[in-house]
Amino acid sequence: MDDIFGIPAPLLFGQLLLGLINGAFYAMLSLGLAVIFGLLNIVNMAHGAQFMMGAFAAWMLLAWFGIGYWWALLLAPIIIAITGIILERLLISRLYKLDHLYGLLLTFGLALIIEGVFRNEFGSSGLPYRIPDALSGAWDLGFMFMPVYRGWVVIAALVLCLATWLIIEKTRLGAYLRAATENAALVQAFGVNVPRMVTLTYGFGVALAAVGGVLAAPIYSVNPQMGSNLIIVVFATVVIGGMGSILGAILTGFTLGVVEGLTKVFWPEASATVIFVIMAIVLLARPAGLFGRA
Amino acid sequence: MEGPGSKHRPPIIGGQFEMTPTRRGLLAAGAVTTLAPSLPRLSRAQAANTYRIGVLTDMSGTYRDNTGPTSVICVRQAVAEFAAQGFNVEVIEADHQNRPDLGVSLARQWYDQGIDLIADVPTSSVGLAVQQVAREKNKAVLQVGSATADLTGAQCSPNSVHWAYDTYMLAKSTGAAMVKAGGDSWYFITADYAFGHALERDTSALVRASGGRVLGSVRTPFPGTTDFSSFLVQAVATRPKVIGLANAGLDTINCVKQAAEFGVTRRGVKLACMLLFITDVHSIGLEQGAGLVLTESFYWDLNDRSRAFLNRVKPRLANVYPNCIHAGNYSAVLHALKAVADMGVPAARASGTELVNRMKAMPCDDDCFGPGQIRADGRKIHPSFLFEVKARAESKAPWDYLKLLQTTPAEEAFRPITEGGCPLVRS
Repeated sequence: MDDIFGIPAPLLFGQLLLGLINGAFYAMLSLGLAVIFGLLNIVNMAHGAQFMMGAFAAWMLLAWFGIGYWWALLLAPIIIAITGIILERLLISRLYKLDHLYGLLLTFGLALIIEGVFRNEFGSSGLPYRIPDALSGAWDLGFMFMPVYRGWVVIAALVLCLATWLIIEKTRLGAYLRAATENAALVQAFGVNVPRMVTLTYGFGVALAAVGGVLAAPIYSVNPQMGSNLIIVVFATVVIGGMGSILGAILTGFTLGVVEGLTKVFWPEASATVIFVIMAIVLLARPAGLFGRA
Repeated sequence: MEGPGSKHRPPIIGGQFEMTPTRRGLLAAGAVTTLAPSLPRLSRAQAANTYRIGVLTDMSGTYRDNTGPTSVICVRQAVAEFAAQGFNVEVIEADHQNRPDLGVSLARQWYDQGIDLIADVPTSSVGLAVQQVAREKNKAVLQVGSATADLTGAQCSPNSVHWAYDTYMLAKSTGAAMVKAGGDSWYFITADYAFGHALERDTSALVRASGGRVLGSVRTPFPGTTDFSSFLVQAVATRPKVIGLANAGLDTINCVKQAAEFGVTRRGVKLACMLLFITDVHSIGLEQGAGLVLTESFYWDLNDRSRAFLNRVKPRLANVYPNCIHAGNYSAVLHALKAVADMGVPAARASGTELVNRMKAMPCDDDCFGPGQIRADGRKIHPSFLFEVKARAESKAPWDYLKLLQTTPAEEAFRPITEGGCPLVRS
């Protein structure tokens, strides 16, 4: 058996793969954040809470209405997106003209309230959610045991990321969106309903978080803290990738997942910190992030 | 990882807000203090006849369900059962967010404000820190939620008593049983802080003493790890017979779920959950939890007395059954109040050491743990129980989750008093 830096090669491949899976979650969440920041200029601190709400929506659909995983994958994001849209109309839309800090504070406060309400209702140790039968089981890859469900997560995340990138960069709708961020008044003059577009964009970003939540529900226990555990890492991802850069968020998400996975082998104690070390280095060398435009 | 909010969230102290020296903290606190009630002001006569208990616990983090609100309810249950003994008892609560710095500043503030006794204090790093404060101020602390056996070992204190369980008790019961059943090679997945280290140390010592081997361990950041698949794969690669989970709460729950997902148990590797409570079993679910073994010192369905306790406290509980920490808070506070009644409120308030000495001198007896006693090193001793999680088909009632495998008698359940290195014992 060949060793790489003293670690057996098969073990290392396994860790790379696991890193990629975690990276899929980072990519999906940072993508939603990047879309919202890029187009609305709002730092959506409630993103983690919305990810958690997605997972809880899946659990509620199953436990209360008997609606299974596949429908939840469709319904939960829609439900959570609607709550997001209501939030945007009622509160967030009032802050567009103000400094970023106000949006950050508002969504941060909302996140704390939402998490507190869920904690009071459901406790902190989480609720069980089963892996759907079609995706249970595992492949024996020789060097490791690869659960089918984790493979599905990577594929689903890749498809979602790619589709979002295509919509924003390559379609007419995406062009409107990008134009509206540059000069909203002008786009409005062309007959485009900019406020409605902005609202729907926020809803879309929130839906991405909720999809992530549904995908995460069978792997992690469905608990109120599950979002706040991820959100800081995801913010670091967005900052490293370059605030608002869609492609940057996706690539950085997957890369950081892999880097973190490798750290778990070579220096496990540092695996929660490594991403922030990278963030510090990137900010010193390229303050606008790897893919950002200064 | 704690949410970004926890760094700036003003902690609640008896309905007031502590002002942390950050601008955002100050703003938030300023906005809310006007609405919040303050500690009731007592007249001099009332104050002299009032004993005050503060429950310092995790109200919002990973250990909330294992301690938290249910601990507070059980303390209040003890106070209610002790009513009309000629003095008043006041109970307040606060959230230490599992942060030693916050736990210490809350404890210090409480003791200065006239709180006489602090109870629960989960998270070993916080428990150890608060133990120091109690000693410095000559007040009393009832350690229930913290697991580390160091509380009655090298770091023992004349101002504290350790109730319910500790890392040595868990290692002795679960660890020995696993080795006896043929699990003689171990790999540990350890939460990287005082509790995980102590649990790994105590279990390793026991595994080696029983003729087993420890192949290695991996330390996982706490809090902040949700994905354990990487660590599980590393563990399996060393081909152990047992993977010892030296962690607790959500960490253990995630490990158990992900071990099932990655086929760890199907490869013949057994999981040893070194610390698993009935509250954790509830959230893992019997489908994935069936067959796990765990050690607790209290189970609601153990005997007539434990069922009687449950029936008394049940109306106060919100769809949760007490574990040994919750029962421990009830039992510890009840015993402390008996000591307060015995020596009189002014004497009990004057010296935490004297209160603890009186508690040690009096035999304990309550519905949760039965008869027992407190040793010179501050360790409360009682039997420990090894349980197996039932399969769904065996479970006949809500929270009917555990069946008893074996009982370790009180004299053998805990570390022998001479081996802990507690300075109080030598003197």
